Amino acid sequence: MAIDKVWVLAEAGDAGPTPITLELLTEARSIGSTVEAVAWGADTASLAAGLGEHGATTVYDVGDLGGALPGVPVASAIAALVAGGNAPDVLLVPATYDGRDVAGRLSVKLNRPVLTNVTGLVADGGELTSQHPLFGGSHIVTARFTGQGPHIFVIRAKSFTAEPSGGAPAQVVAAPAPDAGATNAARIVDRHVEERSGPKLDEAPVVVSGGRGLGSADNYKLIEELASLLHGAAGASRAIVDAGWVPYAHQVGQTGKTVKPTVYVACGISGATQHLVGMKGSKNIVAINKDQEAPIFSVADLGIVGDALKVLPALIDALKSRG
Amino acid sequence: MNVVVCVKQIPDPAAPGSLDPTTHTLDRAGKLILDDSDAYGVEMALQLAGNVDGSEVTLVSMAPNGEVSGLRTALAMGAAKAILVSDDALAGSDALGTAKVLAAAIKRAEPDLVIAATESTDGYTGTLPVQVAELLGLPSVTFAKAVSTDGTTVKVERQTEAGYDDVEAPLPALVTVTAGVVEPRYPSFKGIMAAKSKPVDTLTVADLGIDPAEVGSAGAGQEITDVSAAEARSGGEIVVDEGDGAQRIVAFLEQIKVI
Repeated sequence: MAIDKVWVLAEAGDAGPTPITLELLTEARSIGSTVEAVAWGADTASLAAGLGEHGATTVYDVGDLGGALPGVPVASAIAALVAGGNAPDVLLVPATYDGRDVAGRLSVKLNRPVLTNVTGLVADGGELTSQHPLFGGSHIVTARFTGQGPHIFVIRAKSFTAEPSGGAPAQVVAAPAPDAGATNAARIVDRHVEERSGPKLDEAPVVVSGGRGLGSADNYKLIEELASLLHGAAGASRAIVDAGWVPYAHQVGQTGKTVKPTVYVACGISGATQHLVGMKGSKNIVAINKDQEAPIFSVADLGIVGDALKVLPALIDALKSRG
Repeated sequence: MNVVVCVKQIPDPAAPGSLDPTTHTLDRAGKLILDDSDAYGVEMALQLAGNVDGSEVTLVSMAPNGEVSGLRTALAMGAAKAILVSDDALAGSDALGTAKVLAAAIKRAEPDLVIAATESTDGYTGTLPVQVAELLGLPSVTFAKAVSTDGTTVKVERQTEAGYDDVEAPLPALVTVTAGVVEPRYPSFKGIMAAKSKPVDTLTVADLGIDPAEVGSAGAGQEITDVSAAEARSGGEIVVDEGDGAQRIVAFLEQIKVI
């Protein structure tokens, strides 16, 4: 049984579809013969060019959600398409805040399970298997669905490389959400954009992250200063996010962001499996930690056994003196 | 206000994890503890319940072997009672099967507010709470970094890529909280003693009126076909800082042309 129709849940970014949307469309092209997207928002037409350029021939437009969270209305719209006979064999969903909501809702509506935390897909003779990192990425689990589709895969960012196909803009087809009653009662009443200087954490070529070894919340400013000097982004281990030192948005790891920068600098981070799974794919890894036995050193290209609070100020001075 | 918290008892994450060699499922045979992620949900529930008169916090969990040690931890923090679904038929359940069981158990507690962690520390599929909400017909607000309620409406600061959104939902509703949403309390000695006599209602799949064929490995629509060691990163250079650590990092950054 060949895989014919692959749908990608497409999210809108600052300018066109988000990077992970394009990654998933690129992968979808190598899995199925027909690639289509599902999107929502007031101006889905503005995504059509970017989606088409990466292989989507059609974008099903759920439309403006009127302040509702996407999970319920988008899943309802997809379920309605499936009920109407237009069902994908495979649905690729980005592992984002909204993507996971849509996948969970849709899973119940279609009574189909979901495979999550996917970092690789292998299509072999019409059968698709998925790969999942385990124990911080030291092992790879391969899994597959045993029942009927649509098969829903929730995929982590940076699992694939986006490449344009040069396709024409996707055709926009209205796919409004049916009324979902009380389940769709949550409303966004205000949005807050946090000011960010420098690149996004998951797109930055350099990521400098801090952990418990910094000793106190106040010392996180060393991480921010080094990140700024290297034109990178500041990340954090779960331990210091849990402790309330820095907002959740900075968290790198299983629960947080996946990053694959040119260089990742881990400062005072022991390297729990929770953290490693989010940064192990970095091209180069530098680690500073007092404990020579810390697991972070097992993935480091350069490991400094020492106090981050001594090494960081010296490093910042050295970089400043280079001008 | 009835507040229900979904809690999971997991193998100690500090111990090296292992997989059952034949089923490839996580080995949960040893002692289980309260998932750290859930301590935030329990604390959040206790605080919200404390602000609305006549409120009570009920724990709902699913575990093999009637395991209750993690539940006792959460009861010691202050939850009033627990519902534990424990049944051999549940072994090998996927997230959807688990969600069906938990939803049926949660329904018994007649919840106004259901709280869960965004994902568990061990399995981390991260879809279960929303599946539960859909099964119960509740609205859901995920990735909460702040939660408040007057017993009628729940107000949430929901994490977004750009910052956060203020989201409101009428109760009953389900909310998932991120770690760090509140500072979990440590159980007091008095709390630990009191927890020993708090009710834990242990139920089977049949008690919930669920067909055993829908859950466990029988009902799972997915399977693990292989587990293999990932390609290890080749060993790097590990040096003890003799005051030259910063210079070594500068040299490395130059070598890879980052500076």
